[in-house]
Amino acid sequence: MTTAIPVEESLPTELEGAPTSEGAGDVRKGGWTPRIVITIVAAIWMVPTVGVLITSFRPEDLVETTGWWTVFGHLFDTSQWTLENYRSALDTGGFENAFLNSLAVTVPSTVIPITIAAFAAYAFSWMEFRGRHVMFAAVVGLLVVPLQMALIPILRLYTSGAEVAGLRIFPDLDLNGTFLGIWLAHTAFGLPLAVYLLRNYIGSLPSSIIESAKIDGADHFTIFWRLVVPLSVPALAAFAIFQFLWVWNDLLVARIFLGGTSDVQVLTIALSNLVGSRGESWHLLTAAAFISMVLPLIVFFTLQRYFVRGLTAGAVKG
Amino acid sequence: MGGGRRSAAPRIRTEGSEHVVTTALETEPEAPEPVPDEDEPAPRAVRAVALAVLRLLGALVVPIAAFFGLWLTFDWMRDADVNRFVLVAVAIAVGVGGVFLLYWAMNRTVDHLPERFREGVRPYVFVGPALVILGVFLVYPVINTIVVSFGDSQGEGFVGLENYEFVFTDESMLRAIRNTFGWVVVVPAVATSIGLAFATLADRLRRGEAVAKSLIFLPMAISFVGAAVTWRLIYSFRPEGFGTNIGLLNGIKMGLGMTPTPWLQERPWNNLLLMVIMIWMQTGFAMVVLSAAIKSIPDEIIEAARIDGASEMQVFWRITVPSIAPTIAVVVTYMVINAMKVFDIVFVIGSPETNQTEVIAERMIYWFIRNHDGRSGAIAVILFVLVIPIMIWNIRRFREQEATR
Repeated sequence: MTTAIPVEESLPTELEGAPTSEGAGDVRKGGWTPRIVITIVAAIWMVPTVGVLITSFRPEDLVETTGWWTVFGHLFDTSQWTLENYRSALDTGGFENAFLNSLAVTVPSTVIPITIAAFAAYAFSWMEFRGRHVMFAAVVGLLVVPLQMALIPILRLYTSGAEVAGLRIFPDLDLNGTFLGIWLAHTAFGLPLAVYLLRNYIGSLPSSIIESAKIDGADHFTIFWRLVVPLSVPALAAFAIFQFLWVWNDLLVARIFLGGTSDVQVLTIALSNLVGSRGESWHLLTAAAFISMVLPLIVFFTLQRYFVRGLTAGAVKG
Repeated sequence: MGGGRRSAAPRIRTEGSEHVVTTALETEPEAPEPVPDEDEPAPRAVRAVALAVLRLLGALVVPIAAFFGLWLTFDWMRDADVNRFVLVAVAIAVGVGGVFLLYWAMNRTVDHLPERFREGVRPYVFVGPALVILGVFLVYPVINTIVVSFGDSQGEGFVGLENYEFVFTDESMLRAIRNTFGWVVVVPAVATSIGLAFATLADRLRRGEAVAKSLIFLPMAISFVGAAVTWRLIYSFRPEGFGTNIGLLNGIKMGLGMTPTPWLQERPWNNLLLMVIMIWMQTGFAMVVLSAAIKSIPDEIIEAARIDGASEMQVFWRITVPSIAPTIAVVVTYMVINAMKVFDIVFVIGSPETNQTEVIAERMIYWFIRNHDGRSGAIAVILFVLVIPIMIWNIRRFREQEATR
């Protein structure tokens, strides 16, 4: 009776209820206990976010003197609401710049690994060559490497290149603190998972489609571009969202490769610096925190289906 | 069309070569189809070398060309100090369009090779770039980190096991190991329990299930840094004379007529308060995955149990839990790995040493920032060794599950 539940397969059920199991004769539904417990837990889960959201719209003097929950006493008193915090966070706090930097880091760090992984996944699935199973196993094996393992050596490559027995094999390019450096790092960290997921998806496409395209005279490149990529959109989207959020929310890699100087710092760094320097300026902190959450929340609400799929599939990332 | 002419399934070789370089050099030449209009076939050895060189080139050209393309573009843009929108736009154009064009160009180049090399080289053009990048940015670093962990603060020389000795004797480091152990036990246990309970109960709602689940899942979208700031507000404490206490917890305490508590300095319970942040973030993940599993339990089984007089609790413990046990295992491992590598929350909440909330990954960055690569490397190796068995188990589990679909 122990049914193995294929994780991948169960992903697309996303957050929707199962519409089929609605109905009179259903054995699972009903009762007051679920309703009450669910409401209470959901409410508790919302409290932290609501607190940040409300605080971020209150003027500084009110934030400093009263708790955010006191607004519920007089919700429609407009004098207690303001956008000033966002203005100061964006302008003087440098969060507008940080937001743009986050974009500049995240978008290429998402699309470059997808492109490279898609080609590799296609070759692993539909090209015959010796050693492909070993190579694929090696790529999957790299999933176990925690990225902490790779930080110091990559940073050394960036700052001073690499030499083996006096022979320069990696040039000294001074990539530390550049966007290119962090794109490459994120590309490499995302590749094993991307190759693995895409290979599973692309490999499960019906071979009859590929074969008939071959018979029609299409070469590998055409099959890949015209047939496989369009058919793989769900898998590509799932990985894209996972990688996007992962990079956007990352603090560690950005901290190491970009650093905290104001011209390149990303949102997570700017926010953590703000905690360090003005940890009690809650009107600023909450506005800044919310600025860093806006894009992920938009992705969450608009692409929920792919979002869940991507995050769940990303669970195997090391 | 010579695509499928080699029908024999490739054997898995035991050498376990990881680099495309070695693979290319070791690979025997495929027996090429006799080409009729060839006057004199080159000797086998020459052909093998030629094929190996071509494969190596095929693998290297795309990543190297792409790298220098990007590098030159952005080196110029760094000097020109352009707007970030332009930067992003150019990055996308060069990064995606450029990389794709390079693959296309390489593919066309392969088309112009002599026919007997063509299909032997082409796969390496597709797979090679990924392998090269992984080799430079993951395989090499792992080896290098292990080497560095035996070196001094600059990661040079050889100091034997000194760094490892430090890891297992330093007071702060020992506390970090203890605390990490706490994270690994508490976070997965609590998050999975709440997630399972919530998923089970939500499954029985007549409506509103989707909304309820969204609310629990939402924290998954935000960063650890954002979450840490969010919860710092809840735990906020101000001593007398330093303003009103605006933290929710202290607000409740004061409402009940008690004195406020400096929550984040209450050792050792402050560790638990930090774990709550991660539980808050990851319960949604457990809930969504477990909910999908629960829904796949056939109605008939539950109905049959009810008819036999099973109570709700019995149905849960005797049917639901055993049925979804494999999924629970996957969820727990995922969280164990995440908890083991926790860094951001502790780092952002701040003063891990005075508050005694150090964790392993945070110590690694601590020594990294203080320019002691040897210690930092040793801590990374420890983390790696701890994570490996769980990761291997996790990936196997994942593959097994995929195989059953």
